[in-house]
Amino acid sequence: MTPAPDQTRRKLSLGAWHALPVIVFLLLGFVAPLLAVIGYSVMPERTFSIWQAPTAENYVTVFTGTSYISFLWSLGLAALTVFFLALICYPIALGLARVFGRWSSALTLVFTIPLFVSENVRMYGWILFLIKNGVLLGTLKSLFGIEMDSWLFTRGVIVFGMVYVYLPFMLFPMTLGVSMVPRETRDAAFDLGATRWQVFREIDLPLSMPGVVIGFLLSFVLAVGAIAEFKVLGGQQVIPITHDIEIAFTYSQNWPLGAALSVLLMLVVGTLVLVVLRRFDLDAILGRR
Amino acid sequence: MTEAIPILQLRGITRTFGTLVAVDRIDLDLAEGEFFTIVGPSGSGKTTMLRMLAGMETPSAGDILLRGRRINDVPANRRPTCMVFQSLALFPHRTVGENIEFALKIRGVEPVKRRERAMQLMRQLRLPEDYYGKNVTRCSGGERQRVALARALAYDPEILFFDEPLSAIDYKLRKTLEKELKDIHRETGKTFVYITHSLEEAMVMSDRIGVMRRGRLVQVGTPSEIYTAPKTRFVAEFMGDVNVLPVRAGKAGRVHSDIFGTEFTAPPIADGFTAGHLVIRPEFIRFIGGDGKAENTVAGKLYNEYALGSRIQYQVRVGDHVFIVEKLRQQAFSGRLDDDVRIGWDAQDSMLVGE
Repeated sequence: MTPAPDQTRRKLSLGAWHALPVIVFLLLGFVAPLLAVIGYSVMPERTFSIWQAPTAENYVTVFTGTSYISFLWSLGLAALTVFFLALICYPIALGLARVFGRWSSALTLVFTIPLFVSENVRMYGWILFLIKNGVLLGTLKSLFGIEMDSWLFTRGVIVFGMVYVYLPFMLFPMTLGVSMVPRETRDAAFDLGATRWQVFREIDLPLSMPGVVIGFLLSFVLAVGAIAEFKVLGGQQVIPITHDIEIAFTYSQNWPLGAALSVLLMLVVGTLVLVVLRRFDLDAILGRR
Repeated sequence: MTEAIPILQLRGITRTFGTLVAVDRIDLDLAEGEFFTIVGPSGSGKTTMLRMLAGMETPSAGDILLRGRRINDVPANRRPTCMVFQSLALFPHRTVGENIEFALKIRGVEPVKRRERAMQLMRQLRLPEDYYGKNVTRCSGGERQRVALARALAYDPEILFFDEPLSAIDYKLRKTLEKELKDIHRETGKTFVYITHSLEEAMVMSDRIGVMRRGRLVQVGTPSEIYTAPKTRFVAEFMGDVNVLPVRAGKAGRVHSDIFGTEFTAPPIADGFTAGHLVIRPEFIRFIGGDGKAENTVAGKLYNEYALGSRIQYQVRVGDHVFIVEKLRQQAFSGRLDDDVRIGWDAQDSMLVGE
């Protein structure tokens, strides 16, 4: 019986050996850059060496400056995007699940086809569509004589762009969540006297929550990191935090400030994600499945 | 059966899906308080039938009357009936208590009274009281079964429907739950309509059984009627292993078997009978020793034997035809495999049935 622990150790080390390439890859590709960013965030401003005495001055600059406005725009518009995405995607997900049953999640993949085209190209496509005398306004003008101001370069169009770009990231997990609700469970609630609305509130909504929450998180995190929609469609009407970070790293050559902003953004988003995940215990919602 | 209006009447109920006729012109009256079981193989239309009775499916033709009132178009949530599903369909995000109380919550019963009723039902169904707050997904198979039944009873339905809820449960527990279900039926006095593909299960619990085949109700009767007087070969075979011989009308009240090229003595033959099947249950066939006699006998070889617990089953080959014979273990046949044997039965122990 004595060889048993030895065997386990050998097995474990074999597993560790197999995991080693991935571990090295993650250390170099994920942990090291993250540490570098954190490291730079406590270096004196406008310096490029990471081997100096740490200082909190970048954080002081951020908190005393106006970056919080960019933070609020990024978070606020991302939240608005998630809100509209939920309004648009849930009915679509319900419809897909009802009509196509278990094929619905596969079908949702069709919605991801636009992702194969570069986001910037798609953004410029929308510009051609929405610009004065473009596809939409030009057609309205020449066919119906209606003249309207272009919708481009407004805050609304930024949200529109983000809703458009991040739709698949909300729809896919949501459809998955909705199609996981068994038909018999809904039938049972209906049979026990619940109205259609009560079935939706008591059964459909809570049981599809895992998909909904994942969709919320995925699209929110992506929308907070959005920059192209603000620049291309929004025409710099609003400055998102991503833009501040980009400026700090490029034009102003102030890596430490950019790093400090990045760290703060990661903290805010990370905290939000953790709070939401804790609030919705996905395993508990899913039961044993 | 009482003289009162039947609680549920089916009048020519039909349900088609495209060209498929799932349920075909079914007429049936259910008496108040009876335990009625619909038995049939999978695909016989029994689940579709039950879903129509529960209001989850609309009949293509025919009427469903509840106490004389037509309820075809009343949706499931406004029918005084409740279904226990094959998958049980418990609410996985709710506790045992919340599952049981669901119907009461929907009705707006106040929490204290809901809890009281849930506790009462849990006691009746032998669920421990501390299960009230337990997540329903953490319960065992038998416990979940009881929660599903309690949840249906909390609705206080006039009729309870069961869609093979015991099919996924292991044999021993299933036997226990079958008996418990019959006890609950007795205690509540409600009308139970149960569907299953197991006639054995139906026999244990039911007051009456309806055998379904290809959307039609081929025979309705008490368990003993179904067992002793099956109307068709299908019903006879559905009961378990039986011997079936195709026969046609022969001379002087006898039947002719083309397989054996001989005539057998049969029970009284109905007028107009031309061809059908002679059914003999394996326990009614006996081995004929030296001076033994039977009204019908055939000679064959003992091919194999199988122990079935309290009984032993023998296969006797007569030409290409296989007879099955069953004896109690105490009365086991002493012959060896491949011995030449004679077997026989009396006319009164055989049945003449249609296809």
